[in-house]
Amino acid sequence: MSEVTLTQPAPKQEFGGPLTRFLMRNPSTLVFLCLLAGFTIAITILSEGFGLGLISTSLVKTLGKTLCFCLVALAMDLLWGYCGILSLGHFAFFGLGGYMIGMWLMYARTELIIIKAGEAAALPMTPGEIHEAIGTQIFGVVGGSEFPLVWAFAHSFWAQLALVILVPGILALVFGWLAFRSRVTGVYLSILTQAMTLALALYLFQNDSGLRGNNGLSGLQNLPGLEETPQAVVSVWFLWASAFALGTSYLVIKLIVESKFGNIIRAIRDDESRVRFLGYNVEGYKLFVFVLTAIMAGIAGALYYPQAGIINPAEIAPIASIYLAVWVAIGGRGRLYGSVIGAAFVSLLSSMFTGGQIPNISLGFYTIQWVDWWLVLLGLTFVATTLYAPNGLGGLFDLLTSKKEPDDG
Amino acid sequence: MDSLLEVDQISVSFDGFKAINNLSFQIGDQELRAIIGPNGAGKTTFMDIVTGKTRPDSGDVLWGEKNTSLLRRSESDIARMGVGRKFQRPTVFEDQSVEDNLMMALQNDRGPLKTLFYHYSEDDRNKVANIATDIGLSAEISRLAGELSHGQKQWLEIGMLLAQNPRLLLVDEPAAGMTGDERKKTVKLLKKLAKDHAVVVVEHDMEFVRSLECRVTVLHEGSVLAEGSLDHVTNNQEVIDVYLGR
Repeated sequence: MSEVTLTQPAPKQEFGGPLTRFLMRNPSTLVFLCLLAGFTIAITILSEGFGLGLISTSLVKTLGKTLCFCLVALAMDLLWGYCGILSLGHFAFFGLGGYMIGMWLMYARTELIIIKAGEAAALPMTPGEIHEAIGTQIFGVVGGSEFPLVWAFAHSFWAQLALVILVPGILALVFGWLAFRSRVTGVYLSILTQAMTLALALYLFQNDSGLRGNNGLSGLQNLPGLEETPQAVVSVWFLWASAFALGTSYLVIKLIVESKFGNIIRAIRDDESRVRFLGYNVEGYKLFVFVLTAIMAGIAGALYYPQAGIINPAEIAPIASIYLAVWVAIGGRGRLYGSVIGAAFVSLLSSMFTGGQIPNISLGFYTIQWVDWWLVLLGLTFVATTLYAPNGLGGLFDLLTSKKEPDDG
Repeated sequence: MDSLLEVDQISVSFDGFKAINNLSFQIGDQELRAIIGPNGAGKTTFMDIVTGKTRPDSGDVLWGEKNTSLLRRSESDIARMGVGRKFQRPTVFEDQSVEDNLMMALQNDRGPLKTLFYHYSEDDRNKVANIATDIGLSAEISRLAGELSHGQKQWLEIGMLLAQNPRLLLVDEPAAGMTGDERKKTVKLLKKLAKDHAVVVVEHDMEFVRSLECRVTVLHEGSVLAEGSLDHVTNNQEVIDVYLGR
């Protein structure tokens, strides 16, 4: 890489490991990580749970959830901005991650409640009876009490944690392998990913899907065994976890895009058949990126839904994945911080507009209700960004730092 | 002479149109060969078949000492076996520096995990620096390929092929869009390359082919019409009728 050869003063190699040197070479990553740490500390200090109590717990949760959106947007940028694969189905992986952790949260908490209730009874409950009672409690809402097969590991935290990674990863592996092997690219691939997320949502909507149909999983904000801990504290824990996941992923993705691998996926984005004639197995590279980003989306979802408290199949409707692409486009593709800015900016603005925090505008003959008109505004912004500012919000930083290569970060 | 590439009676048709019709010929190790023919003679289709982009309906393409069939192999497999291809319009990765372009082409492991943890060695840097000097781009090494002139992009692409170090080089209309000076340089380079690689040049320009001073194969309607020195084929009545006489 050019910058490596040009800026490698000898003294730098004497102190710090390879990571320190990497950060020195990529100041934008260092700035991002510092800002993220500063943000997290500031919110902690202002929070009700750990500090001055100047901001509400629900705002802490909103910010924590926003960090999860930033994480999935970051993954989307690696996939779309760097590798040129416009997936419109990554919220399926996000939702699956949420479902996987949600199953354990719901099972373990219900188990505790039932054991507690059973203590009052004359005869202690057998493990079988407890299991049965949990089933009745969880699946009563869909008219059942039997545990479906997919709940086989729901009692084990570690198993479900592994599934957060495995389920999105394996789905992405199978889907990606079939799609890339058949050389499905461009808009056809986007449509295929939309079909995937739609099919998954429709399946989960069914009561006999085993995941409580349209009721979804709820009560996820209550951590089993920590009922005494107030949400004000739990919300800050999740903020920390989300910030840590975002920071780590940012660093990992930056390392990937700055490696030789990163050069190859950008080359695939620009001209994949040329890369084939150079002897690279393009499908393997695409599959690697697709699966990795699906796993990151799954982790983001697993952190998001305990903060949201509830997950249902509507969360993985096709529109959610389209929003994801809109965030990244508005934030600016091919520059990691752009996707983070886009996701944070658009999702926070969206919750303000649709949450009634922006006053409606009365024109006398017509009142602009932001709940309805926000989507129009978002759509227009998306079109305008695509047409007039392809570098998005992140492109503004180029103006500040004068002329800089788009991928230089 | 042992053949490096043997094309054996291949045919391929697209929607009933026979693009290649029972085509057979051989290319030896370290041979420079020019392929000429009118539009639609099947020159590009021939390249597509050899490089794995198109599968023929019948026939076989055999490669190397062991006569390995190249059919049913992917483009990237064939490229790794030693077939390089230069496209008509320069295709370099415009968003990346000249050095990165060359590094990508350099003969190294091509698996995703290998490139993810790859460290550029001193040896790699020297090789790339040497190639950049050879193609006259050493001053531009850290510039983006997209900023280069048309001729420089052609050179960069040739440099990438040098880095890839294939045994057989398929070159599609190298002289297209080049100035007289650049052409001379290209002829010199192709001749130099042919000393240790097999080089197949597809070209329209008769003057350019003449300056290559090599064996010429004339394609017409998907099969070989004539083969031999340029003077030999240009005196062939059939060739004059279908190609030169027009």
